[in-house]
Amino acid sequence: MTDTREIVPLVSAISARYGYDFSGYSKASLRRRIDSFYVKGGFDSFASMQERIMADPVYFQHFVEEITVNVTEMFRDPDFYRALRESIVPVLATYPFIRIWHAGCSTGEEVFSMAILLKETGLLHKSILYATDINQAVLEKAKSGIFPVAAMQQYSENYIRSGGKGEFSQYYTANYNSARFDGGLSKKMIFSNHNLVEDASFNQFQLILCRNVLIYFEKDLQGKVLQLFDKSLESLGFLALGSKESLRFSPINGDYQQVVNREKIWRKNK
Amino acid sequence: MAEEQIKTGLRLVCIGGSSGSLEALSQLLPVLDNRFRLPVLIVLHRSNAMDNGLTTLLASRTSLTIKEAEEKELLQPGSIYLAPPDYHVLLEEDGTLSLDVSEKVHFSRPSIEVSFSSAAHSYKKGLVAVLLSGANADGAAAMIEVKNFGGVTIVQDPQEALVDFMPLRAIQLAPVDYILRAADIGALLNRFSKDGS
Repeated sequence: MTDTREIVPLVSAISARYGYDFSGYSKASLRRRIDSFYVKGGFDSFASMQERIMADPVYFQHFVEEITVNVTEMFRDPDFYRALRESIVPVLATYPFIRIWHAGCSTGEEVFSMAILLKETGLLHKSILYATDINQAVLEKAKSGIFPVAAMQQYSENYIRSGGKGEFSQYYTANYNSARFDGGLSKKMIFSNHNLVEDASFNQFQLILCRNVLIYFEKDLQGKVLQLFDKSLESLGFLALGSKESLRFSPINGDYQQVVNREKIWRKNK
Repeated sequence: MAEEQIKTGLRLVCIGGSSGSLEALSQLLPVLDNRFRLPVLIVLHRSNAMDNGLTTLLASRTSLTIKEAEEKELLQPGSIYLAPPDYHVLLEEDGTLSLDVSEKVHFSRPSIEVSFSSAAHSYKKGLVAVLLSGANADGAAAMIEVKNFGGVTIVQDPQEALVDFMPLRAIQLAPVDYILRAADIGALLNRFSKDGS
C-alpha cells in the first residue's frame, strides 16, 4: 500500500500547484483512497502518478473526484429524517424564508430527501437549498436529479421508515435504468463548488447539514470547519452531523445544545 | 503452530469476525486478564438493525471497558472498541481511529479487511490480527498484509469455529502464525500483553 511518507510531498505539491489543501485530511483515509487511485491507474511508480497529477489539471480533477468519498443514499439513517420531520421542520416553519446548506452534498441524495420532506410539510415554496461540494463531477450528477432506478427500493424503504406517508414513487419518473426526480424539487436547489478547507462563509442559514464529511478530516481541521459552520448559522439555527460525529471536542461545543436525544442535531444558543 | 517467541513492541489487537464470532468471543473475552494492557478493536459484520445490544452483550463477558469506537478516539490500553454498524474503522498512526463511510468491501461495512489493512500499515510490527468464525472472505486476504508488515496473525481453529470458511480461507492464502481455539487465543493475547507491550 502507499506509504504515508509518499503522501506528504504529494499533498504539498498539490497545494502549491492547485491550491487544494489536503494536509488536514485524516491520513489513514487519504492513504487508502490514494492507494486505490494508484492501483486503478496502473502506475508503475508513485512518482509517475504524482508527475501526471502535477502536469495535467484535468487529470487532477479526476484525482479529486476519486479521492473524496461520495457514498450516500436518500433518507439515509431514517431516524435522523424522522427527527428532522418531527422536531426541526416545525421550527423552520416559523421563519418567513428558509435557507438550508448541505455542505458536502455529493450526488445530491440528501438534498432531494430534504426537498421531499419540505414539500410534504408545505414549506418547499419558501425554502432555498444550497448544496455544495468540492467534487465537480458529483455536483453535475446532483444537478441532473437523475438517480439509478435500482436504488429506489432501498430509498423507498428508508423514506417510509423516516415517517414518509406518501408514495415515494410519485417523486420521480422511471425510464430504463434511471429515475428522474421532479423538477419542482430541484428548482429550489442551488448547486455550487465549495471547498470546506479553503472557502469562506457565503451566507447565513437556519439549518446546515454536513453528514459524514468531517470524519475524513483530522481533528484540527474538523474544528476549523465547525467554526465556519458556526459563522454561517443564524442564532438558534440548527447544525446536523453524521450519526457517529460529534461537537464534543470542538471549539464550538459550548455554544450549542443537542436537541433530539440520540440524533446528531444541535441548536445554536442565542 | 509457530514457535512462541517473546514479541515486543505490540501495540494493538485487531479482531475480525462474522457469523459464529459471538460464540467465539464469548469464549475469548472472559479469558482476557483484567489488567490487559493492549487496546483491542473488534470488527464484526453487523447489520444496522443490531444496535447497542451488541456492546451490552459483549460487555457481560469481560470486566474490561468495552464501547463502540468513536470518531477520532484515542485508543487506550486495555480498552475494547467495537466497530459501529455501517461504518468502516481506520487506524491512524497516532493511535486514534477514524470512521469512514465509503463503499462496502466484500459486501461489508464495517469491513474486516479495511481495518486490518489500515492497522497493518499504521502499526506494522505492533499489530496482532485475529480472524474468527465467518462465512465471508472479508479479512482473509488482509492477513497477508498484516504479515508483510511484520505483525502477528492468529486464526480461530476451523474445527472449533461455528462457520469455518473465514479461518480456512486465511490459512489457505498464507501461513498464519497461530491456529487456536478461542479460549486459547485469549490466553495467548494475555501473554502478549504481559510480555510484549
